[in-house]
Amino acid sequence: MSPQITPHSTANARVIAEGAVMPARHYLNEQGGWRSWLLTTDHKRIALLYLFSITAFFFVGGFFALLVRLELLTPQSDFMTPDVYNRAFTMHGVVMVFFFLIPSIPATLGNFLVPLMLGAKDLAFPKINLLSWYLYIIGGIFAVAAMIGGGVDTGWTFYTPYSSMSSNSRVLTGAVGVFISGFSSILTGLNFIVTIHRMRAPGLTWFRLPLFIWSHYATSLIMILGTPVIAITILLLAFERVLRVGIFDPGIGGDPVLFQHLFWFYSHPAVYIMVLPGMGVISELVAAFSRKNIFGYSFVAFSSLAIAVLGFLVWGHHMFVAGETPYSALMFSILSYLVAVPSAVKTFNWTATFYKGSISYETPMLYAFGFVGLFLIGGLTGLFLAAVGLDVHVHDTYFVVAHFHYIMVGGTLMAYLGGLHYWFPKITGRLYPEGWAKLSALIVFVGFNLTFLPQFIVGYLGMPRRYAMYPPEFQVLNVMSTAGASVLGFGYLFPMVYLAWAWRHGKIAGNNPFHAKGLEWETTSPPPTFNFDRVPIVTEATHSYGHQETKVA
Amino acid sequence: MEGTPLFPEQASTIAPRVDNLYFFLVSVSMFFAVLVTILIIVFAVKYRRRHADEIGAPIHGSLALELVWTGIPFVIAMVMFVWGASVYFAIARPPEETLDIYAVGKQWMWKFQHRGGQREINELHVPVNTPVRVILTSEDVLHDLFFPAFRVKMDAIPGRYTQLWFNATKPGRYHLFCAEYCGTKHSGMRGKVIVMPQNEYQAWLSGGAAEGTLAQQGEKLFTDLVCYTCHAAGSGQRGPVLTGLFGSQVELATGERVTANAEYIRESILNPAAKIVAGFPPIMPTFQGQVSEEQLLALTEYIKTLSGDQAPAGGGGGAGATTPEASPPAQPQTGAQGAGSAESHPH
Repeated sequence: MSPQITPHSTANARVIAEGAVMPARHYLNEQGGWRSWLLTTDHKRIALLYLFSITAFFFVGGFFALLVRLELLTPQSDFMTPDVYNRAFTMHGVVMVFFFLIPSIPATLGNFLVPLMLGAKDLAFPKINLLSWYLYIIGGIFAVAAMIGGGVDTGWTFYTPYSSMSSNSRVLTGAVGVFISGFSSILTGLNFIVTIHRMRAPGLTWFRLPLFIWSHYATSLIMILGTPVIAITILLLAFERVLRVGIFDPGIGGDPVLFQHLFWFYSHPAVYIMVLPGMGVISELVAAFSRKNIFGYSFVAFSSLAIAVLGFLVWGHHMFVAGETPYSALMFSILSYLVAVPSAVKTFNWTATFYKGSISYETPMLYAFGFVGLFLIGGLTGLFLAAVGLDVHVHDTYFVVAHFHYIMVGGTLMAYLGGLHYWFPKITGRLYPEGWAKLSALIVFVGFNLTFLPQFIVGYLGMPRRYAMYPPEFQVLNVMSTAGASVLGFGYLFPMVYLAWAWRHGKIAGNNPFHAKGLEWETTSPPPTFNFDRVPIVTEATHSYGHQETKVA
Repeated sequence: MEGTPLFPEQASTIAPRVDNLYFFLVSVSMFFAVLVTILIIVFAVKYRRRHADEIGAPIHGSLALELVWTGIPFVIAMVMFVWGASVYFAIARPPEETLDIYAVGKQWMWKFQHRGGQREINELHVPVNTPVRVILTSEDVLHDLFFPAFRVKMDAIPGRYTQLWFNATKPGRYHLFCAEYCGTKHSGMRGKVIVMPQNEYQAWLSGGAAEGTLAQQGEKLFTDLVCYTCHAAGSGQRGPVLTGLFGSQVELATGERVTANAEYIRESILNPAAKIVAGFPPIMPTFQGQVSEEQLLALTEYIKTLSGDQAPAGGGGGAGATTPEASPPAQPQTGAQGAGSAESHPH
């Protein structure tokens, strides 16, 4: 099955002039003043609101990671008390998962690009889009309030009965923050699904869509089907904690493992909310910097849907040692192996796309290479955890910590940074400084591996996660990890600095600096408020590099 | 254990099996990681853009290749699944004959009770080359008993019993960890498992247990709590007789039949109204808050002896066990540890 290719379109001159001139009017300057931002319904401005807020949360989460790594420099609990340590790793997890990773790509790049890639002037529900940002911010305020009030110490997983009956930290405030921000993700998912169904430009059939759209479609399905489950789970937790209704605590008639079922029914698919959009970004980057359509387009597209569907059936692999029956453990094990197959298919298709491509090594492509390498390790170590007999040993150790950081940081964050660089010219109209960007991509890659490779080893040795103190023989590996984390920290700070600089002082980009395909490159950089002056008419698949001209009528 | 080990010690029968699976997975992963990395590097160099306008070849896909790289990972994944499952069954199913030890997790310590009555905190003495089954529960929140050198762990869940087993192969001192986050001193909730040669283990056993065997302690509790007024055969009998109860099928007032295992007994003590035995009035008061998890285990041991159960048995399935309705609040038992009876099994 290969994607449909339309015959060569009539040879028009390229509509987009390759001049390096900023357009006179664009979405950033058409209106001014804080009201024009806080009351905007422009998906591009909302994307920027999200960009700034998730960046803030990213550095908050990073600060907590720094605290965790500092404490783990020595086997004793000396830099902070165990209570502070427990709050640090919990806040790191809560902030990074719910306030950075889940919204990261969909709410920023997705918000910005979904209408542009579809040739639409906005999302289907612009006001709901703004509402989703406000819900995210309100949720974030609760999270910050929980931090200021002393933090939460349950781990980001909020396991009962510790969270409902035992912890004396700000569990409720933090959980309410997660609850509220969940609605923001439901609304974003809803908006994307309706937009993708109803607002594609004439001629933009399903199998001409960019793979970024396919992966966002799959992500949105998970968002609207999964997120309500975490919402109800948090409500039940709140009932038990406040009203002492016995749901999870066996002391008052509940079942603690029930919480884990409910929690992971959302939170495992949530891993795919985090990684699927990243896969979509990578497909775009690989196509653009190989100047080639993605090999096996429909397989890559459908693998996103397969991951979204199968992802709902594997939650029990988080409970292999929580008293699950051996038979359910086996079912969840085999289903976990099945969900690995579409991820492997994607990886092989990306690799095959490089074959006979026209490959250039701009920064976004370096991130794409980095993504494939790190995601490969993350995915392959997932196979270790899916083997029940092996999971019993490595469950709840640093092996798991390393594995999911390879997926979420090595995967999602690399894709996010790659995407941010790739579409930076479209967002701002200016180019990022290539040399600095390449250097920081390299620093991130090296720092990341130095941080997390040792954790596989220390995990297999048996070091449990969430330990403030540990036996001294694990120290060397922990020191390596902390050293790597410091390198990684610089790798994340650099882009902050040079991208902020480039926003004002970068070279003017022009409409399509990378000579990439896709409707987003056919409008000005930055685009006008309503994206396109005329409705684009699509006559071929998005990544048809065989044909240099794209018709816009 | 000095220096920086890079691989954990293999000290149980299951450890080499887990490690073999691990090495298999490492090899397969290395193969694919290296394969994909080499392909990407070769392609990236060979097909690098040589002039600015160059575009890639219009290759759209290949059904044959898609089938190959869907099929091969699928087959490899199934091999991993089957191998993982077979190792898991060895971990999940203890042999028929095991030395049973009870473990109660409590913020932030592990309390172990041997059937001979010996008690330990954060230390566990076991004999070498003997299948040992640890029956776990928790007094408060979730915990998880983890023996890295044996490659086994299992959650301790309040309100129910779970189990793990191992057969240690090398005398020595190894880590035991709490692997499920449980609050402030989670990382302090660790200790040592001491694997001893048989003769040393026997010597160690004879040093412990002031209060008789666990079953004897249970018998004393049975008297102290005046359970016998209702549960002894005779004119005053208002509850079921417990002789021969353990392991038998009990018919409930609802017509349902349940097996009288450790969880059933625990539930019947803490929440007597949950399962009423057919033919008896629901008059038993709850003992929730009056008996600790450790005392419950002692009472269960005693009730087992009433069935003539000398060999270790029962204890409730780890996997798929039902969830009792209640657990008592923490009532740490500060039982004295001293000299006394020497048997690992009740008389």
